[in-house]
Amino acid sequence: MEIPEGLKYSKEHEWVLIEGKIATIGITEYAQEELGDIVFVELPEIGEKIVKDDPFGAVESVKAVSDVYAPVSGTVLEVNDALPDSPETINDDAYGDGWMVRVEMQDVDDLKDLMTAEEYAEYIEQQKEDDEEEDDEEAEDEEE
Amino acid sequence: MKRTPLYAAHRRAGARLVEFAGWEMPVQYRGVIAEHLAVRRYAGLFDVSHMGEIEVRGAAAEAFCQRLTVNDVSRIKIGQAQYNLLLNDDGGVVDDVILYRRQPDHFLICVNASNSDKDFQWMRSHVTGGIDVENVSEQYAQLALQGPVAEKILQPLTTHNLGDIKSFHFAEDGVAGKRCLIARTGYTGEAGFELYCDWHDAEKLWDDLLDAGSPSGLVPAGLGARDTLRLEKAYPLYGHELDETTTPLEAGLEWVIKFSKGSFIGREVLLRQKQQGVKRKLVGLELIDPGIARSEYPLLKDGRSIGRVTSGTRSPTLDRSIALGYVAAEEARIDNRLDVEIRNKTIRARIVPLPFIASDGGAVRHKEEKSWKFLKG
Repeated sequence: MEIPEGLKYSKEHEWVLIEGKIATIGITEYAQEELGDIVFVELPEIGEKIVKDDPFGAVESVKAVSDVYAPVSGTVLEVNDALPDSPETINDDAYGDGWMVRVEMQDVDDLKDLMTAEEYAEYIEQQKEDDEEEDDEEAEDEEE
Repeated sequence: MKRTPLYAAHRRAGARLVEFAGWEMPVQYRGVIAEHLAVRRYAGLFDVSHMGEIEVRGAAAEAFCQRLTVNDVSRIKIGQAQYNLLLNDDGGVVDDVILYRRQPDHFLICVNASNSDKDFQWMRSHVTGGIDVENVSEQYAQLALQGPVAEKILQPLTTHNLGDIKSFHFAEDGVAGKRCLIARTGYTGEAGFELYCDWHDAEKLWDDLLDAGSPSGLVPAGLGARDTLRLEKAYPLYGHELDETTTPLEAGLEWVIKFSKGSFIGREVLLRQKQQGVKRKLVGLELIDPGIARSEYPLLKDGRSIGRVTSGTRSPTLDRSIALGYVAAEEARIDNRLDVEIRNKTIRARIVPLPFIASDGGAVRHKEEKSWKFLKG
């Protein structure tokens, strides 16, 4: 699974590319895989304020809708206009053409709560292990 | 959570497993859209072993089934299947089912996984003399082989001439050495078969079918594709379009009801509702603005609530956003414009004829180029 170095990651599986006060935000490879085929993307308007840990948009697969949470607070400078017509771009290129919004950060301190690539890799490993433990517990329950 | 006999096969195939009606089921393997399109073009193999099976036997079996269902069971010949509904005393739908007549006095009833215990109790509570009702859900596995090349894949695996099995008919014969009830039924709107086999034979049968079908484009398909396929055809899903507070007249299933057959549970309520007219109707919606209408989203006309969505998705075949929902009867006309409330926004929609895609696949090839990207993936 691809987790590029140099990006920051949130527990809600968003990635952030930081260039000065500008943050580009998308969802991770792990998130797009979990969602499956993405068929609709809802993005904020330019000029809108997004608030850390609040939903700023939504990603819908054929089966389900998922909120996308703001990893940082800020003002939306740019949105990826190609996504509404080609939402599958997020499946194809989560860290590149699948970017969602570019915001001017309100407070760079927000970044402290985000993970490095290495930390994020550990985080999703842990999540997978938790899932498998659940499976194992269930299997044991069945045997009893 | 319960597991089907194919659980290990799904894990091996890389399926994503989710909880459905108390069962751990594959929602997808490679992807819902790829699987959906494979079924429309070639074929898909679904594990639907979670579905329940109830057997009714005895001299009074036909009379018993007549009493509990709305369709005319006396019309089913041996080797024939029939779509049918169990109603409660208020005319609400207890379940939608398929009856298979195996002998003059022996029916196999395929019921929804979520309802199998409830249905069994409901039937048992109505048993009179000369009837034996048995819940055999754990004896039968069920595989659905669906798609235009399904017959071509299945024929070499059985000595039974599949051409002799007409739509909504079945035969009991061997498939790849395993005894099966081979039914020409399904839930995708494509040609194909549903195979009922012994629980312990399922894994071998699954592997043999996939081996035989892969060169023709057969893929394993999950419940995700099963749902989008049935939705394009506007087949109701229990718990969404149908429940105990919904009558078949509201759900557009009047064609299933045979008032002329005589008494059955719910008949009087239905007759009264038919005379007075229903208050709400199930309609098909196509969204005009971007968005996806999900179950329970409100439907509005000029700002006032007129109903709710029951199922909605992006149609992989049409590449349009489609939904089913109940609206006030006076608003249920083709081309009527209304709004879907999605996350506090109103999204325009219009009522369209059902099904969303025709049985000849008329609209099926629309915007295929884009869809193909997923198949190649």
